[in-house]
Amino acid sequence: MKLEAKIPEGKLEEKWRNYQVKSQLINPANKKKLKVIVVGSGLAGAGAAATLAELGYDVQCFCYQDSARRAHSVAAQGGINAAKNYQHDGDSVWRMFYDTLKGGDFRSREANTYRLAELSAPLIDHFVQQGVPFAREYGGTLVNRSFGGVQVQRTFYARGQTGQQLLLAAYSQLYKMVRAKKVEMLPRNEMLDLVVIDGKAKGIIVRDLVTGALKRYAADAVVLATGGYSRVFRLSTLAIGCNGSALWKAHKKGAFFGAPSFTQIHPTALPQSSEAQSKLTLMSESLRNDGRIWVPKKQGDPRKANDIPEEERDYYLERRYPSFGNLAPRDIASRAAKERIDAGYGVGRLKNAVYLDFKHAIEKFGLATIQDRYGNLFTMYKKITGIDAYKEPMQISPAAHFSMGGLWVDYELMTTIPGLYAVGECNFSDHGANRLGANSLLQASVDGYFILPNTINNYLAGVLKEAHPTTDHPEFEKAEAGVQAHIDRVLAVNGTQTVDHFHRELGKVMWQECAMSRNKAGLEKAITQISQIKTEFWKDVKVTGSDKELNTELEKALRLADFIELGLLMCTDALQREESCGAHFREEYQTEEGEAVRVDKEYSYVSAWEYDDGTFTLHKEELEFEFVQPTVRSYK
Amino acid sequence: MQVTFKIWRQDSPSVKGALKAYKVQDLTEDMSFLEALDHLNEQLVVQGEKVIAYEYDCREGICGQCGVFINGRAHGPHDHMTTCQLHMRSFKDGDTIVVEPWRAASFPVIKDLIVDRSAFDRIIEAGAFVSSKTGTAPEANAIPVPKGMADKAMDAAACIGCGACVASCKNSSAALFTSAKINHLNSLPQGKAEQHQRVAEMTFQMEQEGFGSCTFTGACEVECPEGISILNIAEMNARITKSKVFG
Repeated sequence: MKLEAKIPEGKLEEKWRNYQVKSQLINPANKKKLKVIVVGSGLAGAGAAATLAELGYDVQCFCYQDSARRAHSVAAQGGINAAKNYQHDGDSVWRMFYDTLKGGDFRSREANTYRLAELSAPLIDHFVQQGVPFAREYGGTLVNRSFGGVQVQRTFYARGQTGQQLLLAAYSQLYKMVRAKKVEMLPRNEMLDLVVIDGKAKGIIVRDLVTGALKRYAADAVVLATGGYSRVFRLSTLAIGCNGSALWKAHKKGAFFGAPSFTQIHPTALPQSSEAQSKLTLMSESLRNDGRIWVPKKQGDPRKANDIPEEERDYYLERRYPSFGNLAPRDIASRAAKERIDAGYGVGRLKNAVYLDFKHAIEKFGLATIQDRYGNLFTMYKKITGIDAYKEPMQISPAAHFSMGGLWVDYELMTTIPGLYAVGECNFSDHGANRLGANSLLQASVDGYFILPNTINNYLAGVLKEAHPTTDHPEFEKAEAGVQAHIDRVLAVNGTQTVDHFHRELGKVMWQECAMSRNKAGLEKAITQISQIKTEFWKDVKVTGSDKELNTELEKALRLADFIELGLLMCTDALQREESCGAHFREEYQTEEGEAVRVDKEYSYVSAWEYDDGTFTLHKEELEFEFVQPTVRSYK
Repeated sequence: MQVTFKIWRQDSPSVKGALKAYKVQDLTEDMSFLEALDHLNEQLVVQGEKVIAYEYDCREGICGQCGVFINGRAHGPHDHMTTCQLHMRSFKDGDTIVVEPWRAASFPVIKDLIVDRSAFDRIIEAGAFVSSKTGTAPEANAIPVPKGMADKAMDAAACIGCGACVASCKNSSAALFTSAKINHLNSLPQGKAEQHQRVAEMTFQMEQEGFGSCTFTGACEVECPEGISILNIAEMNARITKSKVFG
């Protein structure tokens, strides 16, 4: 099967307009006859559901949480990028496009990345109009700050709670459409399978998480907006419920998985402190605007941070990357931290952290300014660690964070299954091998609000004349029976080990072999180990309670069963790509100074994996660089 | 460290619940409170018992999904903190810790420590939005919003919707939650067009849901993880009067 990205004709800046001019339209009377299912209620899902409903479609939106307002977009702290050039510092759509493409180490499509930058400015207009209380100057205009990998100030923010404010705006807009009876919202309902009829996505099977009942929903198109899957590492910055199951079920039904192993390890999370830990809390990258990262120059220095004099501190990011310093991109900052920690310079009780220090910023700008900029982050840090970071440096450590990988989508955000779309973090599209800070909220929103509502019509216009799917179709019967059999199988094992036990095992292997730094032998070993974990899981897992009730243990087990299989694919992908690019760092491909070596001649393509009964087949979408020349990424 | 949890167990809304005691060993002070419950649940699984149902998602204090009564206080012994941010270092070795669900008629128990807070969604649905469609917005800097105004809106908008305000109020009032959202939107120029209707519809829905009236005890603002001020309720009341005169 040839992967057709469907990139429109014309110059880069004309492509999106050219697409819209030619795409098919549906008249309002017909739109209301078309049903669209949206799975997930984060920025991408809520934005898509609200906007599709405003356009006249009949929408159903599902989420596993108790309310749409809990989706993990809520936790994004630092901000959202937009090429407004309000700071008059030379920003433009082109520059933002180039920063994003370069930040992703030239492993994404030019046309998609350009569109992301192009639609960023109207998105800020949209959120302001929806009542998002962005930070303002005294005169009333919007404020910007810097983020990693960029030399202009284009990040808009609402204190350290930008994701929360954008999500609540999307949630409000969604509930406006619930009130208008154009959206039916179904919280506490988790998708457990996709229904494909005659090759097209026509519905889903969900489990009602309160009663445990399996339910069928039919639609003319299905949109997945289910977020990232870094909980495959168990310890991550994600919410505990975040999972890859919807993606995995779609993958098993034929949707190709794009660059599954491209995972961003965030440099500034709180370090792990015990085996029982369930979560690594993120501290916003925005802190690197004013905080300086360092470790002692002496290995295993036993002194407290404040007792180590200035000349005995190694500001290693400033030393290695003088032009970007503490604002080097995330993959680079994470690897640099790992390098220092592995070399024995780590700090903290378990020597697994580095310092993020605000002493100089407080001296320069005053305590009040730092409190105004980051107050809630400092408060959060104190609540979790008990440490006052105004008085001593924060201790931070890299943690699994964002999935650049996801279901492969074309320019229209459609997967390889017609009628199945993937928006936001759950697709692979714009970020290549590494995402720039504050581009995540942007991509989720742009996909949901602006792109999907303008591309889905091109497909739906074609199915208007087809009969609407109904839930008594044999494919629904088959899918529901399959889900029930899978659940029964999990409950029937009745072994001796908990779900969390297996998740910890999986997480250890994934973190050791498929995170910041990877190599052939390690990945091959990981594949064997994960296969063993899979065998053990199905032999020895124990889940108590039944499936016909609220059963959080069963929910976890079903998600983990999918994570284990996804882990295998991630390692397979990382093993196949014999180069280093962005967050994908293969130890065999580095310079003497430890910088990544990309192999454009052989690997300038998007890996798209097809599932076939437990094995994976690689398809390649060659990346064509028509407007920029890929260069060696340097932040020195 | 070891503690004894006394936890509310209730299998479904229709059956009677009761507190049940569990002795838990091998805890550390570094563990969060929810990690201690996770640890207990793993023990229960190994013993073949049903796990305790409780809610959480982000575990970093922002999603608002966690929230239980701990020793008689919403979200535990500290002011302005969510349950997921509470750590075992706040307790002593050998402590008995009583854990109950939110108690409010408008938040019925679903199972064990999980309650139904969909009443909050319905209050939002009643008017917590700006009726502008995607694609219709003017240039973002076209309408200046002075810093003080934006900061005040943000203070109110920070609400995470956890329900601690309702749970800690002797009247089970949702006034802090409702007022925070009304004041966020009504204080911004973008929210002005619908300000009177918003106040009327949202407060009407709040009453429909069966939440009690506010008698200004101030219990809510002490427990609110975001420290949202009770002054918001006074401001909402002024807006109600204003909407009756001008709306």
